[in-house]
Amino acid sequence: MKPNRPVGIVGYGAYVPRFRIKAAEIARVWGAGEGGLPIEEKAVSGLDEDVISMSIEAARNALRRAQIDPQEIGAVWVGSESHPYAVKPSSTLVAEAIEATPLVSAADWQFACKAGTEAMQAAFGYIGSGMVHYALAIGADTAQGRPGDALEYTTGAGAAAFILGPGEESLAVLEESLSYVTDTPDFFRRPYMHYPEHGNRFTGDPAYFHHSVTAGQKLLEQLGRTAKDYTWAVFHQPNVKFPSKAAQMLGFSPEQIAPGLLVGQIGNTYAGASPIGLTATLDVAQPGDRIFMVSFGSGAGSDALSLQVTDAIVERRKRAAPTLAYVKRREEVDYATYARLRGKLQMA
Amino acid sequence: MPMELARNWRLRRQRLSLEGAQCAACGHLVFPTRPVCPKCRSRQLQPYRFSGRGEVYSFSTVYEPPAGFEGYAPYTVAQVRLAEGPLVTAQLTDVDADSVYIGMKVEMVTRKLFEDGENGLLVYGYKFRPPVMAPTNGHVSADVLAHTEPQHEAQAPVLVAN
Repeated sequence: MKPNRPVGIVGYGAYVPRFRIKAAEIARVWGAGEGGLPIEEKAVSGLDEDVISMSIEAARNALRRAQIDPQEIGAVWVGSESHPYAVKPSSTLVAEAIEATPLVSAADWQFACKAGTEAMQAAFGYIGSGMVHYALAIGADTAQGRPGDALEYTTGAGAAAFILGPGEESLAVLEESLSYVTDTPDFFRRPYMHYPEHGNRFTGDPAYFHHSVTAGQKLLEQLGRTAKDYTWAVFHQPNVKFPSKAAQMLGFSPEQIAPGLLVGQIGNTYAGASPIGLTATLDVAQPGDRIFMVSFGSGAGSDALSLQVTDAIVERRKRAAPTLAYVKRREEVDYATYARLRGKLQMA
Repeated sequence: MPMELARNWRLRRQRLSLEGAQCAACGHLVFPTRPVCPKCRSRQLQPYRFSGRGEVYSFSTVYEPPAGFEGYAPYTVAQVRLAEGPLVTAQLTDVDADSVYIGMKVEMVTRKLFEDGENGLLVYGYKFRPPVMAPTNGHVSADVLAHTEPQHEAQAPVLVAN
């Protein structure tokens, strides 16, 4: 699907906190051994960081690249499963901080790890219909994992923001997209619970692989293309193995997914995961390159997007810090410090 | 619920956008805003948004924090000389206390300042940190490819997608 009017990405920006904990350190604490760890290390948010602060910095980077008047942004939508408030929008604060208020739509989106691309999809429609000129779609999370659970090895923190707008102003134009959704309860968190529940291996074949690969296949079919028609590809990345395997199933090579495969260094940033993969890929893409992107959110569904990079990428990407600047900015912490930073200590 | 809501709301532009004021009569810049220009005593002050760039003028590390900040200690508070002139007192973030020095370049970021109790408002505002990096020439491809080479490793016990 795509709107009648061409739409695309006018500006993009990422944010990743500076703290890192190695998966081996988590394994040491829980006596799990170091064989077959799903990632090398993950990003950990600081005491003063959350989805709102990370979204603001990613959005400011997107604004620096787009160089538009924030008053022209008609929608600020933040996708996350770790909004700091249970009731009160993150998006109003983000909109206020970038000075997009008050004539703006603001809302928080929720669809596990694909809340960010869901916001992008809706924003494309909003712009394509002519209701707004620009929309800001953000995917961000400070992911939660129960201490000692398999999730704890990978739950990271980060954000990516996209200012979407008319195709003629874009650094990457949307060629086609689709959403593929079924009710597959592989992962969820009930109200008032600190940590989510998951179905272990049930999150694999019937959830991640079925939705990611089917969405990817159907988009390729709609466009009459194969993986060889793309320069780059980005997949949702709960660990290193899953996106590597999904890419292989669709015919993409390790080289095509390399720039956007950051889970090994920053962990699974949930709603930020494939969006941060996209910002890192845009950092290296050349005019004319095609980018294939498939998100995945538990519950479950995938958004698949086909983008073509324009000449505008060359100048615009210089205007803000590249994704890798955040990935490389790292301070390693031990499990005790990580427990403090993530609020895992009961103080009273 | 503690009734600081209105005060925090009134300060939102100052805290989120580093909005001060410029005197329309003499051009003097002030932060935070005030009703009278301290230089020429004019009352014609207009909102002015500072760039957020500056350098550390002085600093100190807080080990015995005031109520509400216990969970963040130790933290470093600095006077930051903004590029446009005014001095701002703010927390530093994303930097270790022992690596801060007078003259260190910093940039403004928006972070959580404190929580108004367990069920109260989350208050956000400006802090300063060393700049992440200056914009590059855009050529980082070889670096990226080297850094993100997929890891080939043994089968993990359980891999969870979500």
